[in-house]
Amino acid sequence: MDNNQISQVDANKKQYIVVSIGNEQYGIDIHYVDNIVRMQKITRVPKAQAYFKGIINLRGEVVPVMSIRLKMDLPDDEFTNATRIIILKIEQHGVLGIIVDEVKEVVTLSSNEIDKMTNDVKDGKNSFINGIGKHDGQLISLLELNSIISEKEVV
Amino acid sequence: MDVSQYLEIFLDETKEHLQTLNESLLILEKEPENKDTINEIFRAAHSLKGMAGTMGYKRMQKLTHDMENVFQGIRNDKMKVSAKLVDVLFQCLDALEEYLEMIQNTADEGTNENEAIIKQLTEILNEESDTEKTKTSVDNKEETSNENEKKFLDIVFTEKEKKRAQDIMASGQKLYGVTVFIQDTCLLKAARAFIVFKAVEEYGSIIKFEPGAQEIEDENFDLDFSFVLVSEEPLEKIKATINDVSEIDKIFCEEMTEIKEEAEDVILAQEIVEENNNSVSNNTNNVIKGTNEKSNVNQPVKQNVNKPVVNRTVRVDIEKLDALMNQVSELIIAKNSLVSISSAESTGLQEQGFHEQIEYLERITTNLHESVMKVRMVPIESVVNRFPRMIRDLSKKLDKKMELYMTGEDTELDRTVIDEIGDPLQHLLRNSADHGLESKAIRKERGKPEQGSIFLDAYQEGNNVIIEVSDDGNGIDVESIKKKGIDRGIITPEQAETMENREIIDLLFLPSFSMAQKITDVSGRGVGLDVVKSKIAALGGDVEVKSKLGEGSKFTIRLPLTLAIIQALMVEVREEKYAIALGSIQTIEDILVQDIKYVQAKEVIHIRGTVIPVIRLDKILDIEPREQEPESLTVVIVQKGDKQAGLVVDNLIGQQEIVIKSLGKYIENNRIISGATILGDGEVALIVDVNSLI
Repeated sequence: MDNNQISQVDANKKQYIVVSIGNEQYGIDIHYVDNIVRMQKITRVPKAQAYFKGIINLRGEVVPVMSIRLKMDLPDDEFTNATRIIILKIEQHGVLGIIVDEVKEVVTLSSNEIDKMTNDVKDGKNSFINGIGKHDGQLISLLELNSIISEKEVV
Repeated sequence: MDVSQYLEIFLDETKEHLQTLNESLLILEKEPENKDTINEIFRAAHSLKGMAGTMGYKRMQKLTHDMENVFQGIRNDKMKVSAKLVDVLFQCLDALEEYLEMIQNTADEGTNENEAIIKQLTEILNEESDTEKTKTSVDNKEETSNENEKKFLDIVFTEKEKKRAQDIMASGQKLYGVTVFIQDTCLLKAARAFIVFKAVEEYGSIIKFEPGAQEIEDENFDLDFSFVLVSEEPLEKIKATINDVSEIDKIFCEEMTEIKEEAEDVILAQEIVEENNNSVSNNTNNVIKGTNEKSNVNQPVKQNVNKPVVNRTVRVDIEKLDALMNQVSELIIAKNSLVSISSAESTGLQEQGFHEQIEYLERITTNLHESVMKVRMVPIESVVNRFPRMIRDLSKKLDKKMELYMTGEDTELDRTVIDEIGDPLQHLLRNSADHGLESKAIRKERGKPEQGSIFLDAYQEGNNVIIEVSDDGNGIDVESIKKKGIDRGIITPEQAETMENREIIDLLFLPSFSMAQKITDVSGRGVGLDVVKSKIAALGGDVEVKSKLGEGSKFTIRLPLTLAIIQALMVEVREEKYAIALGSIQTIEDILVQDIKYVQAKEVIHIRGTVIPVIRLDKILDIEPREQEPESLTVVIVQKGDKQAGLVVDNLIGQQEIVIKSLGKYIENNRIISGATILGDGEVALIVDVNSLI
């Protein structure tokens, strides 16, 4: 019962964590976010994909960390005091960390505030995004996590 | 009540019985006159039948019943063990295994009647002149009948119950007193009692329990329990039904014509005169008889001494063990961080006590880890014990004489490895039987004994378990592989010229490289050895082949003993820390740069008579090379089988117990790194997979 109600609410309204990567603002479905941690020492893994920065120790668990910037063909990360690692928990794939420049806020978007993106756009990073949210006059690109974790490198 | 809660016991026991039957039949095939084996088989078949009946699996019960009849015939010397008979019996076992699988997956036995097999069994039975199918087992159990053990005679009725019983008798139904003795090896007495009740309740209703129903359910009784049953069925039928339940030692069953007075008479005859019919006197009687009872019960127990003693075990869900294992891992990480603190701040005298405690803690965690690992260890026997049967079947199918010799079945491996290792081993054995061993004619020509031998040897070597599958067959024909490799475009003729034999044999492990001349259903679908290799690699092990044409071949499987925690040497390469499993390290050497020689443009060192290739870890791990090379290098000599390599590192940090963590699915599988571990200071270090480097 309760679950049904929640999912009904969810169908209309979703919460997103707004982060900034480069000049853009991205929204990550809070459903998938397990944790947000400060930047820490990342152990490099030789021979791994270039966009994997390496692995970190998250309370006794080894978690791989990906650079969204490298994955999206942006210039490499510059670590500052605001840099955070967002730990995502995606069913069946396990835990994954992604590096963002800054975590801004949590927003609630209802479905009429979201412009769905058609995913047939074949040019570049568009396929990392499944919609654009409008909130307080700003635009938030909503990340499509499945394409971020997929092995295919989108050029 | 519902029997589903006993399904697991049923499945486990049935598997055990089937395994016993398989093993015993193999013996029987070789020694048809072996009485002990025949008895053993009979016992197992009988228990199977009883269990299947109780659980309501009628088809399974029917099949085992017919099998039992055949065994009965053999046991009574009414028929001889023939090759045909054994074949049919093996078919029966296969059919039973099918039922079992169905039950395991769907809790239902399915609808396969296996009529063909049953028909064959019946034919065999009918061939014998007279087939008087008596259930001697029932009689056997009664031979030791003793008035003292007929405990049901002591059951005391209350006035009300007595009245009811008399009413029942008046109505023409019969009243039976039953006492059942359970074998003293039985682990779940209450469950057995329940199964007995369930069985007899098909024929009538139980009006009185001794001890009480609640006490029986709580397993609050010794080895025997009694009850009074109201039924219209004849005595024999009820007795036979109870007899079908396994782990029952003895049954006493009689019709009760009088309730109290009759019972009292028996007691009077045996014991001191007791006039009063009150319950107190009966209770004392019970006590006295109880002591008599004990001495009587002990005798049959002694007869059973030659039976294998059942180990006291507890079944634990593997997930619970994994959870325990994870916690031990956490503990070791925490301990390691304490160790690193204690070594970092070693000043002052009061630190002494602190260090001692840390060392104590270290010992305890190491022991704890070992104990937990041991709990997860299973002897390899549980996997390999089905192979003799498989080889026997293959021998018939391929028309080659062969024998499987196994050693080291008691070698233990982690449970998760055991579950996965069965298929690869089966593949290798089938390979040996099909491709390895020559046909009878060729063997004769080559002066080999007609019977081919296949060997399965398991043993422990350091941190590894080695399993070898070898045969005295044809061996691997290197030229023929070479030719095939060229034909299929896997290698060029030029490559083939320069390849060593070993490298050529390794081609066998490539996908879709089946060597069989013709495709059989035994092996040779081109999915053989590459699957074996990948399965074993997934377990962190590897496979090697050695072969000599005309003399045989040997597959060596190397598996890690434990999957989760190992002793490792921590090394430093530039700023990065890596772990190398201690089990594969042979020695550590300091080598002068000028001592490095070149062979085929590869760096080697020459130590104590062996030439060892040098692997620069920094190069392999994509680390920036040093601007200036020092004069002396630290080289860790590692080995895999009889191959060695020297790994060049910058610094040695020391030995440490490390917890292996997976890198997860995201990071592309890279073979050099087998996992990661968390160090005492929270830093993550990678584990170098030595086996992939050599």
